[in-house]
Amino acid sequence: MSSVPWILGAIVVLLAGGWIMRLAGQKLTGNKPFFRDMPLAVAFGYVLGAALVLFGIWFYFQPAVTQDGVPVASVQFFRWAVQGVLIGAAAAYLFRLVGRVVGTAGSRKVFRQMPLTAAFGVLVILIYAFLAIFAPALAPHGQEQVFGQANIVPGGNPALGGNPDFPLGTDQIGRDILSRLIYGAQNTVGIAFATTVLAFVLGGTFGFLAATLRGWMDQALSRLVDVLMAIPSLIFSLLLITVASAWVSGFGLTVAMVVIIAVIDSTRVFRLARAVGMNIVVMDYIEAAKLRGEGLPYLIFREILPNATAPLLAEFGLRFCFVFLTISALSFLGLGIQPPLADWGTMVKDLSAFINYASFAPLAASVPLLAAGAIALLTVAVNFVVDWMLNRSSGLKD
Amino acid sequence: MSDFLVEMRDVRIEGRSDETWMPIINGVDLTLKKGEVLGLIGESGAGKSTLGLAAMGFCRDGVRISGGSVMFDGIDLLAASAEQKRQLLGKRIAYVAQSAAASFNPAHKLIDQHTEAPVQHGIAGKAESAADGVELYRKLRLPNPDEIGFRYPHQVSGGQLQRAMTAMAMACRPDLIIFDEPTTALDVTTQIEVLASIRQIVEEFDTAAIYITHDLAVVAQMADRIKVLLKGDEVEEADTRTMLSEPTQEYTKSLWAVRAFERPEKPPVASDATPVISVQGITAAYGTVDVLNDVSFDIHAGRTVAVVGESGSGKSTTARCITGLLPPRIGTIELDGEPLPLDYRKRSKEQLRQVQMIYQMADTALNPRKSIGEIIGRPVEFYMGLRGGAKRKRVAELMDQIELPADQYIDRLPSELSGGQKQRIGIARALAAEPKFIICDEVTSALDQLVAEGILKLLARLQDELGLSYMFITHDLATVRAIADEVVVMKDGVVVEQGSKRDMFKPPHHAYTDLLLSSVPEMDPDWLTNLLKERGVDNIGDAAVGKMS
Repeated sequence: MSSVPWILGAIVVLLAGGWIMRLAGQKLTGNKPFFRDMPLAVAFGYVLGAALVLFGIWFYFQPAVTQDGVPVASVQFFRWAVQGVLIGAAAAYLFRLVGRVVGTAGSRKVFRQMPLTAAFGVLVILIYAFLAIFAPALAPHGQEQVFGQANIVPGGNPALGGNPDFPLGTDQIGRDILSRLIYGAQNTVGIAFATTVLAFVLGGTFGFLAATLRGWMDQALSRLVDVLMAIPSLIFSLLLITVASAWVSGFGLTVAMVVIIAVIDSTRVFRLARAVGMNIVVMDYIEAAKLRGEGLPYLIFREILPNATAPLLAEFGLRFCFVFLTISALSFLGLGIQPPLADWGTMVKDLSAFINYASFAPLAASVPLLAAGAIALLTVAVNFVVDWMLNRSSGLKD
Repeated sequence: MSDFLVEMRDVRIEGRSDETWMPIINGVDLTLKKGEVLGLIGESGAGKSTLGLAAMGFCRDGVRISGGSVMFDGIDLLAASAEQKRQLLGKRIAYVAQSAAASFNPAHKLIDQHTEAPVQHGIAGKAESAADGVELYRKLRLPNPDEIGFRYPHQVSGGQLQRAMTAMAMACRPDLIIFDEPTTALDVTTQIEVLASIRQIVEEFDTAAIYITHDLAVVAQMADRIKVLLKGDEVEEADTRTMLSEPTQEYTKSLWAVRAFERPEKPPVASDATPVISVQGITAAYGTVDVLNDVSFDIHAGRTVAVVGESGSGKSTTARCITGLLPPRIGTIELDGEPLPLDYRKRSKEQLRQVQMIYQMADTALNPRKSIGEIIGRPVEFYMGLRGGAKRKRVAELMDQIELPADQYIDRLPSELSGGQKQRIGIARALAAEPKFIICDEVTSALDQLVAEGILKLLARLQDELGLSYMFITHDLATVRAIADEVVVMKDGVVVEQGSKRDMFKPPHHAYTDLLLSSVPEMDPDWLTNLLKERGVDNIGDAAVGKMS
């Protein structure tokens, strides 16, 4: 069966719906400019959006289990996703409400101007930080502790094969997944943060240096960065970590990994810092500082850096996510954070086979999604916060 | 139907800032008859551009017309649909923007952009419209009208581009053109050509126009009537001649009076005095091209030397040579009789301290992320070694000198100040180094006339109090008249003429000085007409400059 006629038919129906909606709007509102000047494409978009929302509501209330007792995975996952978004929004809303009432006048003002997305991001980051710092106290079990029963499904409902002692279940060798997720926050996020900061210190300093000095220094640094960037970054870091593993092991290898990823990622930061720095260096206030006789460190850190924070901050949010994903990818390949240390990337890899059960056992299939969800949630949260900070700082400029 | 082409009644416009709507225009009436030219003047922020755009029924983003009515030839523009407006804009109403360079699409030839509107509105075919374009180029006295259309925007000069834009606005023979500061970015000699061309073509096609500018002398040449705006309110409106000779409102009178500021003449310098700065025969190059050729002049203690010339004449390059940013190829620069190292990196802290600079654009000259206290405090700390309370006290003293209350402004960021206040901070930063010599690079050209006058008076007062020497780079001869003791005229990197101000403003001049002086618009509404008669229609601006060299 070809789907093309169906799609075309749907488009025609939606177009007709849009035309009728616009006409009705014009008649009912006495030709308000909103409806009067609405192009047909925009009307089409409104109708399409409304149709999708209606479909979503209808789909949400479909039965999650067929008459034979077999669960319908698509409905089940859709419900979880909708519930997750609603709960997240509600939590963010409450968090912001609390922030507006409690605290100093300054912090209350920040919360009053905060959009909901940013509140969500801040809340998630705070929770992650809390988990990472107090992981040993919060985790019910040790990250390396192996229990007798493997492959307990999450939920803690004995009727469905869960166990209240392991609310998120256990993995295939019987370690508590909740505990490993909490320790994972410490390992994965901590290492990613350290790596990103190092990448920014390196890339930022050399980028501004190249922009300020120009000449042969700029040429040398830029060409070096070009060479580093020419090699695919994941393969390059794989290669270097393999080389490093010949000399160091254990904690030393983790340090080596941090340095290697930081150096490779600092090339991107260098390019950005140099480009931003070049636009700032031509400003008259830099010329004034040069003519005053200021030294290079003052120029870079006191005159240029404060004006480059907005783009660098945005890049920091993105770069943090990329570093995070790189570490997870390396762990996934077996080269990153070494077992038995818990790491979200390794957890996704180890548990990935469960995704095959999705069609008949949604609960078991959700196990690898827990770690993947933890990664995704942090990525989204960091970007929400960065977006908000950018908005604030660009508002300052105008 | 009314006899007005444009009839705006009680127009109210609001702009969005921080979630609330702030009024920009508070109920202004504006009427325009067919073929009439109305001049709109006011300081920046007075709402003149916003009002001009509203005459087209158009608002910029974040701006809305919240009340009143705008009628164009019997059509209510505020109630008109997007489709109805599309039929009017470009065809019956056209707009000429301040920066032609930014308004042309750099990727298309001039003639292709010219024909776009007529073809789009179905007035003429492409070939027909292109032929008409050439005809308009000829009328606007663009050089080589048959071929100039085939150039890209970056291949013609600023003045020519502005005329090409006027031609483009004329392409559909509109009933109304809105000129938004079309000559503000141009040199005086170029401005004259554009003014003459615009005036001629508006008269010829009997087009009505709204001419927006902050330059009174320009509007005096162009407009039949003048309307003065102040902070969104109309101050007064009258015939050009009435307005110039007998303004009724205080504000208008103060605008008119600005050009009268002139400081008393100083006694001549003793012939054996050592100049503070002596520029001796400098030749400087960007790459391999010489942009300065054998430039020499002296600046004495407590004196102001104005360096004038068009853009590209080498004024700012001379300043870069003196500060050491561009070491000259040949020649020397002396400070108090001692030769200065040519490269600023080789100068001592003391030598750097003695030569300070104030920039044209206060926006780019002050670090937007630093508070006023930090900006002024840095040279105090850096040169004088003052810290903590002593530094704060000195900053307060300096702010007192530039007439800004320290307790109120010291913790603000530059973005929280007005243009004139920012320029004062630039002055305070230069003063903080306690220099002997300050280079002022077009310090007033980005400011409104009243504010600029305040800055000039402040600089004059500081000179008397502190015995400073200034090098004043400017293209505005009114500024020269106001503040200079001596004048250096530059053209193409060469000093054409130099001498005391009195000698310079009195004939006989070098021919180029004469051209420069006579090109400055005067408040007399007949000035342009007389000048054109005197010089001949084809012998103004660039053409005249070309003939001379």
